[in-house]
Amino acid sequence: MSNIIEIQNLMKVYDNNYTALDKVNLSIKKGEIIALLGPNGAGKTSLISNVCGISSITSGNVFVEGYNVEKEYRKTRDLIGLVPQELSLEPFEKVWDSVKFSRQLFGKKRNDNYLENLLKKLSLWDKKNQIIKSLSGGMKRRVLIAKALSHEPKILFLDEPTAGVDVELRKDMWSIIKELKNDGVTIILTTHYIEEAEMIADRIAVINNGKILLIDKKDNLISKMSKKTLTIYTKQILKSIPHSLKKFNLRIFKNEKKLEYDYTASGNKTGITTLLSKIKSSGIELIDVQTRQSTLEEIFVEIVNND
Amino acid sequence: MINFEAIKAIYKFEMARTFRTIIQSLISPVLSTILYFIVFGTAIGKNMQLISEIPYGAFIVPGLILLTVSMQSVTNASFGIFFPKFLGTTYELLSAPISYIEIIIGYVGAATTKSFCLGLIILITSFFFVDIKVVYPMLMLLMLFLSCISFSLLGFIIGIWSDNFEQINFVPMLIITPLVFLGGSFYTIDILPKFWQNITFFNPIFYLISGFRFSFFGEGEVSVWISIFSSVIFIVICNIIIWKMFKTGYKIKT
Repeated sequence: MSNIIEIQNLMKVYDNNYTALDKVNLSIKKGEIIALLGPNGAGKTSLISNVCGISSITSGNVFVEGYNVEKEYRKTRDLIGLVPQELSLEPFEKVWDSVKFSRQLFGKKRNDNYLENLLKKLSLWDKKNQIIKSLSGGMKRRVLIAKALSHEPKILFLDEPTAGVDVELRKDMWSIIKELKNDGVTIILTTHYIEEAEMIADRIAVINNGKILLIDKKDNLISKMSKKTLTIYTKQILKSIPHSLKKFNLRIFKNEKKLEYDYTASGNKTGITTLLSKIKSSGIELIDVQTRQSTLEEIFVEIVNND
Repeated sequence: MINFEAIKAIYKFEMARTFRTIIQSLISPVLSTILYFIVFGTAIGKNMQLISEIPYGAFIVPGLILLTVSMQSVTNASFGIFFPKFLGTTYELLSAPISYIEIIIGYVGAATTKSFCLGLIILITSFFFVDIKVVYPMLMLLMLFLSCISFSLLGFIIGIWSDNFEQINFVPMLIITPLVFLGGSFYTIDILPKFWQNITFFNPIFYLISGFRFSFFGEGEVSVWISIFSSVIFIVICNIIIWKMFKTGYKIKT
């Protein structure tokens, strides 16, 4: 898969000397969904703003399909649709007029069929003659998506698309995003909801303090970074760990008939077989065993805290 | 390549806003100008002496048109760009494949069209109240156009500069209105003491009023070429300021 966006040594320093982006390098592949995961103020929106032209670049380069976003902005912006974080819309405009305006702004000729299909896909068709002010928050967010897609972009930036949105609508939003991916649109979304990244992204980039801390396929990230815990339920309460089991660093619990053993999910040698046979030879009777994998959220917290 | 569709979109959107706010955009300025004609032209004007052989009621027509047109140009253009800033919808302008020149043509073009039409409506209205003829109609249209575009550009700058509604009203109320009144809208500067005459020469609106009045009566206080030249200079300066604002992202980009 070729790269559709190349970000090289991107720096963004605001007038108050705050460094929002610190030499960011990032390649985004055509047709993928990439989630930029980071806490508030990590630099997610600054990154999007720099690529889309909303804020000026301090230094570094951004290429979209090989075009420089500053020097060849007409070509790059034509390829990009942006859904901002805030519900920024003209309140007294009708949905249809607003979407039509956006398409025209991108220099595209009128195509009512395309816009009709788009509004139908986003369940907005029956609201097309309503003024935006009268719509619910969720519907307004759909209007923003319709506006961003009105000029048939190849890349869609979604800045916290489900912030402040209820669970039902969030799931709707995810299915819309997946449909767009199926249509060949490259999607970059920022979020601080781990669940969101876990559900829809192909790759996840963790960003904090203006730096990309790591980027990988979602599954790789989980398997590389995550820890697994084996919980062993015993027949008796153990007062101490037998000498033969010391090297396994087992956790023992007061008044509880269980032991815990941590191992990495990526390793081939987990040590579980040896542990279980040592437990058996030490005379400890087992009732049950259970494994649990750390969530993306736990991984994310660990990465950010280590930064 | 010029993005004509984008210019059309902005222009149409801004013109549509006029029709949504027809009372504020059209009826209110026409009504207040009619009141000026009734009070200064018909009532008080009868008792005023002729100025350069021109009845006072007719004499003030160019000034009154310019007063309304200047205020409306500034208001329309400043609100045109200020509202998207206020609502946060400038992201769409900034992320679209549009140059700053196309943005100016869209916003300033619409503001100029609105105030130009308003100027003509006021002129037509004045025919019902005072006896007036336009000696150089084409020059009058040119001067009206230059005035509309000059003030619309100024309004656009104010719209970008303003952070709140107070600031957006500050310049028209506290700067432009006094400059129009003191620029000879309702009198000729030769009735002023020498000191104030000299001060008036620093008022850019004086040159616009003089040129505009020349197109009506065939006489002005300075050469019409100076009026045209100063308008063009003003337009160039405004364009340079706007170019700089967009280049640096002043109060538009973060």
